Amino acid sequence: MTASASSALPPAVSFEAVSRHYGVVRAVDEVDLAIAPGEFFAMLGPSGSGKTTCLRLIAGFERPSSGHIRLFGEQVEDLPPYRRSVNTVFQDYALFPHLDILENVGFGLKMRGVEAAERRRAAAEALEMVKLPGYGARKPGQLSGGQRQRVALARALVNKPKVLLLDEPLGALDLKLREQMQEELKTIQKSLGVTFIFVTHDQGEALSMADRVAVFSEGKIRQIGTPEEIYNRPRTRFVADFVGSSNLLPPDFVERRLGARRWGSLRPEQIALRPAGSGEGSPAQVASVSYLGATTRLGLEMAPEEGALRLHAVVPAGAAAGLAPGQAVEAAFAPESIHLMEDAP
Amino acid sequence: MTAADLPQAPAGRGLRGALSDWFWRNPGLTLFLMLLPPLLWLGIIYLGSLFALLLQSFYSIDEYSGLINREFTLKTYAELFKPANLDIILRTVAMAALVTVGSAVVAFPIAWFAARHAKGRWKAVFYLGVMLPLWSSYLVKVYAWKLILAREGILNWIFAKLHLTWLVEAWLSLPIVGGNSLSVSHTGTFLVFLYVWLPYMILPIQASLERVPGNLVEAAADLGATPRQTFWNVLFPLALPGVLAGSIFTFSLTMGDYIIPQIVGTSRRFIGQAVYAHQGTAGNIPLAAAFTVAPILIMGVYLWFAKRKGAFDAL
Repeated sequence: MTASASSALPPAVSFEAVSRHYGVVRAVDEVDLAIAPGEFFAMLGPSGSGKTTCLRLIAGFERPSSGHIRLFGEQVEDLPPYRRSVNTVFQDYALFPHLDILENVGFGLKMRGVEAAERRRAAAEALEMVKLPGYGARKPGQLSGGQRQRVALARALVNKPKVLLLDEPLGALDLKLREQMQEELKTIQKSLGVTFIFVTHDQGEALSMADRVAVFSEGKIRQIGTPEEIYNRPRTRFVADFVGSSNLLPPDFVERRLGARRWGSLRPEQIALRPAGSGEGSPAQVASVSYLGATTRLGLEMAPEEGALRLHAVVPAGAAAGLAPGQAVEAAFAPESIHLMEDAP
Repeated sequence: MTAADLPQAPAGRGLRGALSDWFWRNPGLTLFLMLLPPLLWLGIIYLGSLFALLLQSFYSIDEYSGLINREFTLKTYAELFKPANLDIILRTVAMAALVTVGSAVVAFPIAWFAARHAKGRWKAVFYLGVMLPLWSSYLVKVYAWKLILAREGILNWIFAKLHLTWLVEAWLSLPIVGGNSLSVSHTGTFLVFLYVWLPYMILPIQASLERVPGNLVEAAADLGATPRQTFWNVLFPLALPGVLAGSIFTFSLTMGDYIIPQIVGTSRRFIGQAVYAHQGTAGNIPLAAAFTVAPILIMGVYLWFAKRKGAFDAL
């Protein structure tokens, strides 16, 4: 789903030239953004790139230095957080330590004056949705990190927000739990149809979960697109470098093959191995071999006349059988598989 | 210098070496030896004298000879319930309660500022500002307040300049809290107590607020809590152990004090003054002891009630 597909509705969240400055630091710099209702949107970038500040601007914890923020068409930059129909899952969960799990989950309903019986029913239901039924009487301190994360999710979703913000929600979990939660989050998002906005510095997470990804650096959005677009057609060297394991090709290298003097990117799985001297590819020397199971990741040192470029290739494990560092091979790839980038050479 | 070059203590050199090795091998005994002096101090000097006091309160005084009759009796405690004495106890408890609530109300915003907003230099300014009054003599501060609150004092002067003298007069004309001037009214006593004990309330609240993660306040707002709801549902319960620790100070210090009400306030006595008078001039040690047991009991009841209400749950 893209923003244009649902242009009849106002976007769930829109930024119009939003900036947030701290003194001379431009944490968020003239950002324009439109997130469609029901979209699973990821904000991806290194730390300090402005993605978390953007999330805090939507939640209302920060106010923009300039520009406008709209939620479903309504201008909100002057509304405090407690008047926005937005809920947040905090990075370290921010559960209330003095309340039990049921009271934590029911907190938002209590603040809105929902009566106790209805509150307990809704909280129990939300706990069931995140697969923690029967945990209501415990205190946050008695739960594991993964369980607390689920409680934080239930506490936010029980309020039926129009937009759910997630600030690096999986950052503190171990790999296996993280993968499981990624799937669950996606399932929950699809079944509820709520707009999810997700901040992460993990490109794999952003690409696997989101409908669209915005790549941030230095307070600006460098590229917005579907995961395929971001992965296959990065617009700038920064995006290519940050998002993927793509090989970054310098302008000289690209010019020799395509005639255009531009930076290019080449995905590792598009490089095939040929025997040395076959003339089907460019001469290279194997620099490293990492066995990954079904595939093998190779570091290839290109010949000096290619600028001694180091390329990474991912080949089926069978194709790399018997390869050892130092061995001469040829690296073959179709010139049209090189993706050209926009930044100046 | 590499690690190997570092000088190493040779094993068991001399008596001192042997002794330190022995202590290292017997950590339990070391701990016991370290704790022995304070335990003796606490056990004999403090608890012992408290026990002696308790014992005294079960004696009585012979009204004709003025001699102490060393026979077990509850007569002295019964005397506490005479209207004049009960009056003193109730007055003191009411004052202690008001001072406690008043200092909690004044201390909370100050503690909040210190815990949440003050950084670096401002934090130093905060600590200095809170502690500075503790460095000067208590008597000097109380006499200073007597001058501030006097009819010719600076407070009345300020009210006069603001054309608000009528407000002070109206307040002083009220029963109980009023009087001839602020310095001889219960209001004056309250203000001085509030000033003198405030640091003991600010510091524990500040310590408890420091431990409340900042994002809990954001989380509450995110879940729709207005600032008032955030205060009562999140901040106050989490700061309650600090408020309680502070209230133990302000409450018990007010209940035991006998100087402030003597210098600033009415001629009506507080528990501390009654104890002072009975054990001194009147020589009625049993009644003085019984008066002293009253605040101990009241504090005990207060703490038991606070615990029952779950005030220590957030610890």
